[in-house]
Amino acid sequence: MGTNTQRFRTVEPFIWELSAQGRVGASVPEADVPEYPLPGEVPLRTDLPLPEVSELEVVRHFTRLSRLNYSVDTHMYPLGSCTMKYNPKVNDTAASLPGFSEAHPLLPEDLCQGSLELLYQLQTALERLSGFAAVSLQPAAGAHGELTGVLMIRAYHLDRGDTKRTRILIPDSAHGTNPASVSMAGFTAEQIPSDKRGNVDLTILRERCDETVAGLMITNPNTLGLFEENIEEVTAIVHQAGGLVYGDGANFNALLGYLKPADVGIDVMHFNLHKTFSTPHGGGGPGAGPVGVTARLEPYLPGPIVRAAGREAEQLEGWEAGLITQKRQGPQRNARDSRYTLFYPEKSIGRVKAFYGNFGVLVRAFAYILQMGSNGLRAVAEHAVLNANYLKHLIGKRYRIPYDRPCMHEFVVTGDVAPGIHTMDVAKRLLDYGFHPPTVYFPLIVKEALMIESTETESRQTLEAFAEALLQIAEEAASSPDLLHEAPHYTPVGRLDEVRAARDPILNRRQTEKLEGTR
Amino acid sequence: MTYDPDVKYQKSHEWARKDGTLFTIGISDYAQDSLGDVVFVELPEKGKVVQKGEAFGVVESVKAASDVYAPLSGTIVEVNSKLKEDPALVNREPFGAGWFVKIQASNPTEYEELLSATEYEAFVKGL
Amino acid sequence: MIPYIPHTDEDRKVMLSALGLKGVEDLFQDIPERHRKPLIDLPPSCSEAEVLRELKRMASRNTSAEEVAFFLGAGAYRHFIPAALEAIVSRGEFLTSYTPYQPEASQGTLQAMFEYQSLLADLLGMDTVNASHYDGAAALAEGVLLAYRAKGGERKTVVLSSALHPEYIETIKTYVHPFGLRIRGLDEGAWKPDELGRMIDETVCCVVVPFPTFFGSLVVYRTLCMATHEKGALFVVSVDPISLALFEPPGSYGADIVTGEGQSLGSHLSFGGPGLGIFATRGDLLRKMPGRLAGVTCDRKDRNGFVLTLNTREQHIRREKATSNICSNQGHVALRAAVYLSLLGKTGLRKVAELTYRKACYTAEQLGALPGYKVTTPYPFFREFVLQCPIPAEEVMCRLVERKIVPGLPLSRYYPDRKHDLLVCVTELNTKEEIDRLVYALKGIK
Repeated sequence: MGTNTQRFRTVEPFIWELSAQGRVGASVPEADVPEYPLPGEVPLRTDLPLPEVSELEVVRHFTRLSRLNYSVDTHMYPLGSCTMKYNPKVNDTAASLPGFSEAHPLLPEDLCQGSLELLYQLQTALERLSGFAAVSLQPAAGAHGELTGVLMIRAYHLDRGDTKRTRILIPDSAHGTNPASVSMAGFTAEQIPSDKRGNVDLTILRERCDETVAGLMITNPNTLGLFEENIEEVTAIVHQAGGLVYGDGANFNALLGYLKPADVGIDVMHFNLHKTFSTPHGGGGPGAGPVGVTARLEPYLPGPIVRAAGREAEQLEGWEAGLITQKRQGPQRNARDSRYTLFYPEKSIGRVKAFYGNFGVLVRAFAYILQMGSNGLRAVAEHAVLNANYLKHLIGKRYRIPYDRPCMHEFVVTGDVAPGIHTMDVAKRLLDYGFHPPTVYFPLIVKEALMIESTETESRQTLEAFAEALLQIAEEAASSPDLLHEAPHYTPVGRLDEVRAARDPILNRRQTEKLEGTR
Repeated sequence: MTYDPDVKYQKSHEWARKDGTLFTIGISDYAQDSLGDVVFVELPEKGKVVQKGEAFGVVESVKAASDVYAPLSGTIVEVNSKLKEDPALVNREPFGAGWFVKIQASNPTEYEELLSATEYEAFVKGL
Repeated sequence: MIPYIPHTDEDRKVMLSALGLKGVEDLFQDIPERHRKPLIDLPPSCSEAEVLRELKRMASRNTSAEEVAFFLGAGAYRHFIPAALEAIVSRGEFLTSYTPYQPEASQGTLQAMFEYQSLLADLLGMDTVNASHYDGAAALAEGVLLAYRAKGGERKTVVLSSALHPEYIETIKTYVHPFGLRIRGLDEGAWKPDELGRMIDETVCCVVVPFPTFFGSLVVYRTLCMATHEKGALFVVSVDPISLALFEPPGSYGADIVTGEGQSLGSHLSFGGPGLGIFATRGDLLRKMPGRLAGVTCDRKDRNGFVLTLNTREQHIRREKATSNICSNQGHVALRAAVYLSLLGKTGLRKVAELTYRKACYTAEQLGALPGYKVTTPYPFFREFVLQCPIPAEEVMCRLVERKIVPGLPLSRYYPDRKHDLLVCVTELNTKEEIDRLVYALKGIK
């Protein structure tokens, strides 16, 4: 390796390759206070190895990088269980209002009533959509919400002196975050198989439920895109054994306005605001993973949550205090009169992060809920489900559907459309057609899975074009398989060698220098 | 797919080669093939005491990570340090240079309970 | 009409008839009938203009740091954000892409992630920086869990400096609770290296310290770090990244795990989130560390490209045995940090840190000279210091807010017995005129 002196051949140079001594990319004000010498007691830094690049070069560098990406703004992005819907721009405008973006989290409550009001109203909106008694907005992502929820389940049992419960059951179709969250909360994860229709196997569930079960984590609709047909029975079995049911809300987009999860026995659930409520994924985050709970888990919520205080607020719950009041009752019952305050639940599991959650994401989600309203959100579920079924219908002629019943917002087919062709080949070839591939090789219970979620924001024409591409790829798979094996052909780089990356990890600048030898 | 007739197997796809009470342990050709390109092998410290069936290491490809289970109880007396530099040895020579550890068996009769190459082959074909 | 649902009546008709359905509700038959389509007690949809009007109303109920003289920090800091940064990061190709699981379609995100990892590794003096955690508090809590795992789960004591951010301490407590770890240092109020050093024994998996402390102090940890290693434990530092433009980074004195809050690197206060959880380790902890990593590799034509690598540590492969459950991270905030460090660069970041240091010194000198006031944070400090006031700090706050000054954080928020203490924060954005106004205003309060 040390002898390899070849220059790195990246499409775009590294930012430090654009560096020239003496350049700056930003101006900093001159000092208007006297000079104070740096302390002698603390060792100073001798070298600060940061690049020196002009503003224009920085702008061009990152702009060029951005153009190497597929994104919702540029391509259909049908990743299953990721809900890559359009992210309305007004949400970003709302989050960047200086009253929000320049609000400090530790302001006295009197000086941040706007933030607290927004948090309160978002809590209320999520409660009303889900049927839960209370919501904490603190978790920063779905998995963070899972950890929070499972810690609450733990606190609930321990608080009752019930110390035997060490196991949490998880269907085999679940996301990997579920078992990982269970481990982080100190429980043992135990897999429950699915039956032939893709539901939780009830016989096995009954066998496994006893006084050592702390709970069940269930995703509904599940990762096959199927609604759990026996959901009420499932939750009843767990409850009878003294356990609680955690709902993974990753797929809540399918249920908006059609089901309140609390109604079918879910005790605690996280919402993925970056999926269901349209906030941008940002190339990996930030998301937001608020958790909703039924009344018996409310005392364990992470603090703080926001409460409305005072007589005025007692009459006007949440929404009535805001927009709805202005529309229906006139300005005399205006939110300006209510006061919001931070509240620490009595038996709280504690904080799961500093401050109140990913506030900027919460503002975006709230703006979305406000604009969509009750009718709009129900229409979201309807069109997400209609789109998925229509797309399934279009490609089902050529792609095998392992669990063939009406799906919800997503569905799973298999990518082995011709001998010697694998799902990854189909996925990479889709890139050549200008579509981001669906989720691949997940859920684990389907071999060669392609998991497709089109979302409600794609038009019929886009769905048809996507289906057309998939059908054409199926033809190519039979007639010229190498076209698929060697795909993608038109992306900035071809298929990348993941084995090499993992065997000799190069994870930062210094490690590239080591490889480049003399450079 | 090869099944070395001179070693014995267990159903979690490890093999053991007997040399008195010292046993060399590795994973089968079938196991390395199912994993794909091995990128990393995590091995225990020398001197670790393991029970039959206990996980003592991890073998990783880019898509999977599998625990490796001891086919016999005993003390790990040697680990294959070459796997750190060249994990692909597991793919190239699963029954040879790609071995994982050597165990000084505390109960060598456990070896007799393992599957013969023929039995293991039949088991694999039934998967 | 909702602009985010493109279906016309004709579309719905065509699609339903292809499916042989009368109405879209037919697709929801699996939902138990008695619970199907419940009443949702929310207002109906409204226009974009109405949304903005309502949100502007709410935003106007907040005091923005821009409209007052602002001296509040305590874990969320106001530094200047160049306009070029906003222009870059608001590009839809960055903002609306997913986690780069399909590398050929995500080279932009991946290379930016790699550059973030590199810039931070250099700033912290560490080997490996991951693609981010939720925030400084959660990153630190996961850092403690990493240390606990790295020591084989056998050492069940954590030594915490009592001068860590109180909310970070709370977060650590939540995370370690399931593992029954014992925490030392807090009850004793320990934060000085010799105080912490006395607590390290063979049951300790890690020693956790802040740089600077929550109260602004710059503490030299080299000796404590060595003592920690001598007892076989790991040294974990929670840093403020801007301070490291001036002072020795933890990597150079041997820290094993470095975490921090990166919001100050180009992100807004945004009421405390999204923040940026910085997470770094040195060599041999790499395989046990949580979080995503971008690495370099090649395609078939030997062109270099980037992929997410060492994925077997993560939940989507290792499930219950993963190093963490983290999936979504703060990728876009990490992008902001990478762009910020690129724009400010070697001289700019140093200048920001120097100005911040200087202005805090100036402010402390002026305030400490006022009769009845005393600066109690020992010198040297960075950006923040504690000012003991002649009257309760909350009253100081109330009276100064009327004069359009937010003077700091009354420490009674976290420490009920510290009623007179105010934590004052000064950055390069606080002008001398503002500082003098603060001094003048406090002078009048006795």
